[in-house]
Order: sequence, then C-alpha cells, then structure tokens
Amino acid sequence: MGAGHGHRLHFHGHSPVHRAPAHLKLLLLLAFMLVVVATPRGWYAAFALEAALLLGVVALSRVPLGYLAPRMIIEVPFAIFAVLVPFISYGPRIEVWGLTVSEPGLYAGIALLVKGTIGVLASLTLAATTEPQAILRGLQRLRMPDLIVQIMGFMVRYLDVVTAELGRMMVAMRSRGCDPRSPRHWPTLARAMGALFIRSYERGERVHLAMLSRGYEGRLP
Amino acid sequence: MHVPDGFLNAPTSVATGVVAVAGVALALRGARRELDDRTAPMAGLVATFVFAAQMINFPVGAGTSGHLLGGALAAVLVGPWSAVLCISVVLMVQALFMADGGITAIGTNITLMALVGVGVGWCLFVVARRLLPRRTSSVVPAAVIAALLSVPIAAAVFAALFVIGGTAPVDGGKVFAAMVGWHLVIGVGEAVITGLVVASVVATRPDLVYGARSALTTRELEIRTTP
Repeated sequence: MGAGHGHRLHFHGHSPVHRAPAHLKLLLLLAFMLVVVATPRGWYAAFALEAALLLGVVALSRVPLGYLAPRMIIEVPFAIFAVLVPFISYGPRIEVWGLTVSEPGLYAGIALLVKGTIGVLASLTLAATTEPQAILRGLQRLRMPDLIVQIMGFMVRYLDVVTAELGRMMVAMRSRGCDPRSPRHWPTLARAMGALFIRSYERGERVHLAMLSRGYEGRLP
Repeated sequence: MHVPDGFLNAPTSVATGVVAVAGVALALRGARRELDDRTAPMAGLVATFVFAAQMINFPVGAGTSGHLLGGALAAVLVGPWSAVLCISVVLMVQALFMADGGITAIGTNITLMALVGVGVGWCLFVVARRLLPRRTSSVVPAAVIAALLSVPIAAAVFAALFVIGGTAPVDGGKVFAAMVGWHLVIGVGEAVITGLVVASVVATRPDLVYGARSALTTRELEIRTTP
C-alpha cells in the first residue's frame, strides 16, 4: 500500500500499546470483553474496575480521548435502545426523576449501556493502536484459516479504492440533479450499484491474473 | 443490525460463535468449489463491494434510516457459499478495524447476517426460481422475494436469541413483534434495491450472476432480423 492509504481509525504512535504484538492485543481484547459481558448487572465496583483498566490502557497508548470520543458515535443507535429498556421492561415500577420506570429494566439498561460503551472503546483502542496489516498478521498467528486472512487482506487493501469509486459515482449523480437518498431515484442508484459490482468483480479478475503472473499458488508470502 | 457487546449473555455469545465457526468452515470448502483458486481476490473484492453497498442508507420512517444488509443480493450475484464468506469477512473487518459490532458478538452477527441472511435468502431464491419460468428475467423477482423475506426472518432469529440469552427483562413477544415489524419495513427497501441491482447486472453482464447460470445454459441463440 502506498502513502495516504493509512487506515481511518489508526492513530500513529510509539507507545507500549502500539508496540505490543497484535495477536496478544487481539486475545486480550477478546478475554477482556468476555469478562465484561459475563459481569452480572449490579456489580458496579467490577464495572468501575474494568472501565478504569481500559482507561489506563488508553492513557498508556497516548491516543487522545478527543480522538476516540467522536468515533464512539457508532454506538448511538444501540444507546437509544438501552435508554428505552427501562420504559418497555416488565417488573415493579419505581420513580426516577419524576418518571415511572421498571426497576429491573433500569438496572438492565444501565448494564447494557456500560458494557456496550466499554466494548466500543476497547475495540476503538485496538483499531487506533494497531496497523491493519499487523492485525492481519496477528490473526494469522492465532491460526485463523489462511484463506480468511487473505480475503480480509484484500478487503482492507481495496476498501479505499472501491469506496472512492462509489464516491465518484455519487458525485456524478448529484451533479446531474439526482439525490441518491430519495427512493424516487433508486433505479438510478441501483444501476450505479450494478456497475460498481461489475467493476469490483472485474477488478478481482484482473488482480487474480496479475497475481498468477507473479507466481501466486494459493498462498501469500 | 450489528449486535454490540453485552446485548446477549456470555453463554449465548459463545454458542453462536461455535455455530459461526462451523458455518464459515463449511463456506470455505463450498467457496473453493464456486471460485477455485480465484477465491481470495474475488471474495475480497466482492466483500468490499458489499461493504460499499451497505453504506447506502434509505429512510425507513420516523427520521431513522436502514441500510442494505446485502445477504440475498450477494447470494444471487456470487453464489451462496461465497456470499456467506464475503458477509462474514465484512462483519469481521467491521468489528476488528472499525469497532462496529462487538468483538464478543462477532459469532452472533455472523450467524444472523451471514448464515441466516444468506442461507434463507438463497433457499427462498432457489424455490422462487423453480416456480417461475426458466428465463434470465425470472432471476429478478426471485431475488426480490429472497431479499424481502430473508431480512425479517433474520430479525425473528435474533428475537429468538434474545429470548434465550437476552440481558434485558423485556417481554419476548414484544421484542419479536418490534423486530419483525421493523424489519419488514427494512425488508421492503432491501427487496427493491436488491431487485433493481440484480436487474441492472442481469441486463448488462448476465454471465456474472451466479443465480442466472442455470437459465443461461438453456438459453438458445436467437437471431433477430429486421423484415
């Protein structure tokens, strides 16, 4: 990959978290999140400890929270559900700030929000401190099937190419007075997507031929 | 529909993880049959296309938007095994590189969107294709039916998982009604876009559409002359 193809989430740095081997980080993230998910609701001391541990790692990685916080917006749809849970759950009602809510639902909603937030921040920390290629090598070391790692590698490599192609199509459509979000223009949008599929498929064929001509035998070096 | 961490309890997450591993292992063997040694670059590029297609949002009402899941679309275009592989890779890349969908919920997400979404979509497509006349143009309505129903069915499976291993004390029937009702609406958007995309590819490059191959082999050369 040439310059300018860095990953959108990656934050360049040289902290101990950046330097740690990727397979170790992947394993730790999975183990940590399994513990968080298995923590019973209501164990607020445990949640506080887990959150403190995670914030410690973030501080150690020297990735500013101002960089991570806006990227946590990905959690919003789920957070809305977590906020609704106390209102739609069954169980005895209690009053909080003048609102009547279900008591078990309230605790479940808080636990959902805490676990979800820890999960998003932990995953963001992995993505921000690890180069995509390092994550792929880490997966390889963790015995992920070679073919899956190769497919992921191709996806990561061509993500910017294909999304940029889609972006150019969208600009072309908009500049001709078409609004891709409006259902009225779905036929046009769908033709663009069909063209994008054909271009992606043919690009795949060309990449395959180029690899064959360079001695590809089913494995990447 | 990306399930985050903590939504389902740990045993359910681990169980769906086992199901996902078994399903992806089967898909790996099947995809080699569909694509042979082209598997890595082709599946990689198709996965990238599915990711790009998922970036398209459509309004569902009440100010919210849904996006294409692409299970039925991928199954019709590249075949069921490759589609399972592609959607699984998209979900893994989203979870590991973009923090979209929890890492402990990868198994759940793959089971719902890759295994159920593609599996149900492909089965419905095959049944519909058999009932319709054997023409390349029949691929489009078959794909529409597959997309329309695969989305609410995946949502129903999610509701069932939630009843088994959900972490919130919400009535199972309510979750079922809300999920299926909501995803029926998303399914309509999914069906329209899937149908239009498949129609445009069938019109230009029918040889690329996996679901149209059986119809293509029986097609005879037609010579049209102007009188």
